[in-house]
Amino acid sequence: MEFCIKRSLFFNIRKNITRPFEDQTSLEFFSKKSDCSLFMFGSHNKKRPNNLVIGRMYDYHVLDMIEVGIEKFVSLKDIKNSKCPEGTKPMLIFAGDDFDVTEDYRRLKNLLIDFFRGPTVSNVRLAGLEYVLHFTALNGKIYFRSYKLLLKKSGCRTPRIELEEMGPSMDLVLRRTHLASDDLYKLSMKMPKALKPKKKKNVSHDTFGTTYGRIHMQKQDLSKLQTRKMKGLKKRPAERKAEDQEKKSKRIKKD
Amino acid sequence: MEGQSVEELLAKAERDEAEKLQRITVHKELELEFDLGNLLASDRNPPTGLRHAGPTQEAELRALARDNTQLLINQLWQLPTDRVEEALVARLPEPTTRLPREKPVPRPRPLTRWQQFARLKGIRPKKKTNLVWDEGSGQWRRRWGYQRARDDTKEWLIEVPGNADPMEDQFAKRIQAKKERVAKNELNRLRNLARAHKRQLPSAAGLHPTGHQSKEELGRAVQVAKVSTASVGRFQERLPKEKAPRVSGKKRKFQPLFGDFAAEKKSQLEMLRIMNSKKPQLDVTRATNKQMREEDQEEAAKRRKMSQKGKRKGGRQGPGGKRKGGPPSQGGTRKGGPPSQGGTRKGGPPSQGGKRKGGLGGKMNSGRPGLSGKRKGGQHQGGKRRK
Repeated sequence: MEFCIKRSLFFNIRKNITRPFEDQTSLEFFSKKSDCSLFMFGSHNKKRPNNLVIGRMYDYHVLDMIEVGIEKFVSLKDIKNSKCPEGTKPMLIFAGDDFDVTEDYRRLKNLLIDFFRGPTVSNVRLAGLEYVLHFTALNGKIYFRSYKLLLKKSGCRTPRIELEEMGPSMDLVLRRTHLASDDLYKLSMKMPKALKPKKKKNVSHDTFGTTYGRIHMQKQDLSKLQTRKMKGLKKRPAERKAEDQEKKSKRIKKD
Repeated sequence: MEGQSVEELLAKAERDEAEKLQRITVHKELELEFDLGNLLASDRNPPTGLRHAGPTQEAELRALARDNTQLLINQLWQLPTDRVEEALVARLPEPTTRLPREKPVPRPRPLTRWQQFARLKGIRPKKKTNLVWDEGSGQWRRRWGYQRARDDTKEWLIEVPGNADPMEDQFAKRIQAKKERVAKNELNRLRNLARAHKRQLPSAAGLHPTGHQSKEELGRAVQVAKVSTASVGRFQERLPKEKAPRVSGKKRKFQPLFGDFAAEKKSQLEMLRIMNSKKPQLDVTRATNKQMREEDQEEAAKRRKMSQKGKRKGGRQGPGGKRKGGPPSQGGTRKGGPPSQGGTRKGGPPSQGGKRKGGLGGKMNSGRPGLSGKRKGGQHQGGKRRK
């Protein structure tokens, strides 16, 4: 979780951001100055104890903000074992059907993926997959656990997994949300033409699942094509003579 | 007997395999959804085992996590792998989860001068072959670039033209000309770039109502909203005490109402003189050019629309290509000034081709009446426009 947080950006709260849900200008100002789009804001007061606001920006304006309360917290230091190196790309697992039912939960899932997924890579070292973040939605609470991966030998190529609890674990309760309006969300999802997946030309699919391809050929002289030699169909000398005689007789008849 | 032991061995091998696979298989009611590009797995199964909170909850959570992770790892291990410096590396597919962007999509760059001109004239890029036959070297060479087919700086023999100074270095002259061309191209490129960066449209992201906007932001949003009507804000009512908005634009300067009497008299007399004179004060060249430009624009726009429609409906042949010639060379104005030949045409017979609007008083038909009026079918009349 430490990977992308720029060290200089732990701002002094007392002087600057007080209430993200009421006034977002200071948040936007900081995001513009530091060129960051993801933020997390923690606070504690009597009305909202152990409050955490996770949010993201689009074009330096607040897109989504979700406030969660932390009920149980176990820090990295409390669990005494070896940790994985900083900056590892974690594996994310979301369990529970709640994550697809409500719009709030869906956005929260999207936000958490955006927050925790790390840099996009095209290759990953299989032995370097060490970190798993597991989110379970149950009974209105979200259980967040982080585990370290141990690869054990199984008989075949794919290893057997054993997990060891490593990192911070939290029980979160959803409080307030400030989700972007539909059109702003659509605007932020817009992809430029260059990034859209390219259609493959000359390939078409049947309703039955057959794939058809199209090959473009230049004009061929069919008389000069080299085909397989069917020795059995070759004319034998006797037959050829007979044919020649037939042709001659036909020609005489025509003339 | 041997057969039996072989069977036994096979059965045992099968059992072993199943056992091994058991160690990595996990049974789930609903299959998980994987997004391997993000190393993500979503489990839709309701976590029934954890309904009751209790001391065993941590262990149960961990078991659930272990199962899900096992499935994800199984998927990851099936990806194509490479060996990179003694490490086994899996090639991840593209991430499928759609996440919102951090910054807005970059705006399309303004057209360069050439692109604007080509658009106006309706010039479309001609498809050219990559290689050209070069007689001198007897091989196929690039059209442009390294070792191109016709490179005039690489000639080994240049004849001195009749009117040139015999002491002049023709080779150096060609190299110099090339350098100048390159420099001019670079200059134009930089100018296009500067033009692209100067114009930046304001984004609409800050104008969405959030409920938490400052006074300045709201003021700006109100201004933009006022001007976004069909009459560009001319008939928008203002609140009783609202101040008129500051007009930002070109400042017009007017002459004072009364001041310089001599200058005023002079300008008035000049105007009268112009009105009384018989000769037209019209610059025929400019007028014809303007007319031609307008027509070119219309034509090009129409052709573009046709080709877009054609592309959408699946590549029908558009109604003809370019027309040979263009509007007639008889004095450009519609008000019917004296028909003077010339204008911009350098030689060339007058009254070419058909003007769509029907021409000026029928004087056009001395040319080719067949081509006047509408274009006939999809005739592709290529060729350059004669100036």
